[in-house]
Amino acid sequence: MVETGVTKKIGRIEFGVLSPAEIRKMSATKVITADTYDDDGFPIPMGLMDPRLGVIEPGLRCKTCGLRAGKDGCPGHFGHIDLAMPVIHVGFVKEIRDCLRATCRNCGRILLPDERIEYYKRLREEYIKEKKDTSYILKAIINEVKDVEKCPRCGREVGKIELDKPTTFRENGKKLTPAEVREWLEKIPDEDLPLLDIERKAARPEWFVLTVLPVPPVTVRPSVTLETGERSEDDLTHKLVDIIRINQRLQENRDAGAPQLIVEDLWELLQYHVTTYLDNQTSGIPPARHRSGRPLKTLAQRLKGKEGRFRSNLSGKRVNFSARTVISPDPNLSINEVGVPIDMARELTVPIKVTEHNIEWCRMMVRRGSNPTTERGEYIPGVNYVIRERGGIKQRIKVTEKNKNDLAEKLEEGMIIERQLMDGDIVLFNRQPSLHRMSMMGHKVRIVPFKTFRFNLAVCPPYNADFDGDEMNLHVLQGEEARAEAEILLKVQEHILSPRFGGPIIGAIHDHISGCFLLTYGDRKISLDDATRILSNVPDKEKLPKIHTDENGKKFVYGKDIFSTILPKDLTISFPAKICSHPPLDDPKECPTKTCVIIEKGVLKQGVIDENAIGAFKGIIIDRIVRQKGVDAARKFIDQVTRLGIAAITTFGFTVGIDEEDIPVEAQRKIEEGIEKAKEKINQLIEIYKRGELEPLPGRSLEETLEMEIMRVTGKARDMAGEIASKYLGLNNSSVIMARSGARGSMLNLSQMAGCVGQQAVRGERIHRGYRGRTLPHFKEGDIGAEAKGFVSSSYKKGLSPTEYFFHSMGGREGLVDTAVRTSRSGYMQRRLINALENLKVEEDISVRDTDGAIIQFVYGEDGIDPTKSARGKAVDFDKIVTEIKGGK
Amino acid sequence: MEKKKFNILDHELVPEHIVLSKEEAEEVLKKFNIKPEQLPKILTTDPVVKAIGAKKGDIIKVIRRSKTALKSVVYRLVVEESEISPARDVSMEIFGEE
Repeated sequence: MVETGVTKKIGRIEFGVLSPAEIRKMSATKVITADTYDDDGFPIPMGLMDPRLGVIEPGLRCKTCGLRAGKDGCPGHFGHIDLAMPVIHVGFVKEIRDCLRATCRNCGRILLPDERIEYYKRLREEYIKEKKDTSYILKAIINEVKDVEKCPRCGREVGKIELDKPTTFRENGKKLTPAEVREWLEKIPDEDLPLLDIERKAARPEWFVLTVLPVPPVTVRPSVTLETGERSEDDLTHKLVDIIRINQRLQENRDAGAPQLIVEDLWELLQYHVTTYLDNQTSGIPPARHRSGRPLKTLAQRLKGKEGRFRSNLSGKRVNFSARTVISPDPNLSINEVGVPIDMARELTVPIKVTEHNIEWCRMMVRRGSNPTTERGEYIPGVNYVIRERGGIKQRIKVTEKNKNDLAEKLEEGMIIERQLMDGDIVLFNRQPSLHRMSMMGHKVRIVPFKTFRFNLAVCPPYNADFDGDEMNLHVLQGEEARAEAEILLKVQEHILSPRFGGPIIGAIHDHISGCFLLTYGDRKISLDDATRILSNVPDKEKLPKIHTDENGKKFVYGKDIFSTILPKDLTISFPAKICSHPPLDDPKECPTKTCVIIEKGVLKQGVIDENAIGAFKGIIIDRIVRQKGVDAARKFIDQVTRLGIAAITTFGFTVGIDEEDIPVEAQRKIEEGIEKAKEKINQLIEIYKRGELEPLPGRSLEETLEMEIMRVTGKARDMAGEIASKYLGLNNSSVIMARSGARGSMLNLSQMAGCVGQQAVRGERIHRGYRGRTLPHFKEGDIGAEAKGFVSSSYKKGLSPTEYFFHSMGGREGLVDTAVRTSRSGYMQRRLINALENLKVEEDISVRDTDGAIIQFVYGEDGIDPTKSARGKAVDFDKIVTEIKGGK
Repeated sequence: MEKKKFNILDHELVPEHIVLSKEEAEEVLKKFNIKPEQLPKILTTDPVVKAIGAKKGDIIKVIRRSKTALKSVVYRLVVEESEISPARDVSMEIFGEE
């Protein structure tokens, strides 16, 4: 789209302080009435809603500019309030304080002899030349003035200026009224201003004390009419009403010659209202509140913070062509697809420019209308809007059943049709918090029924998504450039390797791993029927497995051969599996359990496929395929491996029951004995401690030593229970399969279910808080034995005793609180980091620089290597090359 | 106790610092096509700067051990404390963050 018009570049922006004269000059009216509308609902002249301040109701004309309200109409105009007495502007108290401290009350000059002033002036020139921060000069001056007792010019004694927050100034403890402050500031001559870090062009110090208050246009503080016909005013209007009211009373009282005390009280009240009008979170004064008790949102609150103008409306905006809904899994989609519900697809559109090449197709699309289906009622995309430009004005015409044929006929080159979403469109898919670049990836659309977004489970890790109610956002790309960029840079397969650790972040999870494990563990023979069924789920196989016949003449296929069907033919690799427990071997063939993976030319010769092979975060095979065959081959492999895993696990069946954690009676007795022994050991330790014979560990007190020793014993007891329990839990146990293959859970979880839950801890110590000298009333005072301090000797299967249950809850609660605190804290840390680093860029000479071109790193990451392109941190994978050369012979 | 002067340059955690000659400094600036201010800074009060006797305006070459690259070479400009303006976090003022 070529836009015509004059473009101007902003050269610079200057900020300054409004002078009373300027405020009056830009004012459309003086505001003297604290009311807004009269009884008939008309705005009161010289009131806060005076029509000269602009109009908000559509159709009405502004009394100042004559334009109508709305888009390109009246922008609104400022008014002003003449303050009966001057008040301090809270935003400038620090500047006022500095001015008062640095100058003489009598003559207004800086309290330094001429030669010092000249010196500082020269220093300032120098600072400006070197582009250094000139605020240091003011600081230095104030520091030097501190010791001056008499004004070097007029000889007046210098008083000590104190700022009584938020807006009261004292000289030698005596209060200065804003009027006195203003008088003082007026005396400061222009030539001294630069040294006070004030630019004459931008401000005069006396303008920091308000005598006139600008009233923002009504467009800035629109009132809303409720359904009841009642008007509700903006917070700013409320505050302005307060200011005008007090201002009026102050004026009346002063003019009537009321006692000084009353005038001063009103003056202070006016100061309070003006202060809260500017910033309602000024420390030291109570925030002004609405009748309901809600603090008012005044000027500073509109800008500040996360919900303020900057962060909420300028740095970030709400956008069109986006959608949000609940997510759910769909194993039948490819990893780079996303299922979009029909209802959404009808609303989300892609603009298509009508050209001589596509005009017939566009006509056909427009003729479909905005809700077309096939004869069988399936979704097909239609057109929602036709956009045409006439005389520079864009017209959006909605496509309806009535006008669709007409519009199609009138379609011309250069018009734009907004086509509904269809299969294959590329969109951006995002889950918050967007902590890394994989939180936003490009997916291809698949229109699906129902109301949720659907995607492949392998993409859960990069988004950190699960399906317990998570929602995600989708953005439809609107331009060719955006689509091309997404296609090249953002597609899911481009992000299989994470720049965080250089390994795959997209890969098999949970059941995919269990399924492949079951398929490839040992020499599993699978009947031809089952094998056919599993393989029928995997399209585009590299090859088919060899069919064997057993002694009974039954045909079968080896599980490993089934897995080999999806491996690329030229893949040769070997690595230890997750379940391998032996130390690293030179020759994987020597693996005692034959679980080390050996793949030769795309055939799984030995070993078992588990988390180390295909898992997200670890998946060595995925990693290798990305690097060797490219991202598209890796996408295909992940699609296939997830389908294969799911097919395998559904064919074999996979369940977990509570009785699977049963262990034989003798094992249970052994565990109990072990725990008894541990408790005895603890009692012995306590005995030794009480006798005073305990040797303290270096740097520890006696008590700390005892606690540490006890913690060690309880830890050992739990491990012992786990060891005994896992001896009776083999790979015929589903939980063990999950834990050992890395699909889900750990052996610790299992040993807690079958053996013993172990010591509960709060803040890394045994549980010690509760009653005086004891944790619960069930124990004797001073009991520091195992049970009294949170040792849970039962297993989850057996069930916890009441006291054990309580201790367990204490430990559990700490975990919950920790996660809650951690997420908020790390979120803020992340924000600060991003703010500091977002401008950095890797330049062509691989140096990292900021926007000034200043160097942050001379070579990116010190080694100049992209982790997603390197082999475990090295630019060249030497081992792989050696294996390839050896294997090639 | 007698005060024993320890040479910090001998400490294993202190990387090698070399003051560049004028020509070498010129070369570095040319290599990266930068002005001296665009280099990272090091204060004249830095213990190592004092130990090697570098002066304001010198460029120091630091050779560090690096986890990723084994050896990494960086350059620093020696400056006085008054020359650096502290990085002000503008977000505090504009965005009103705590």
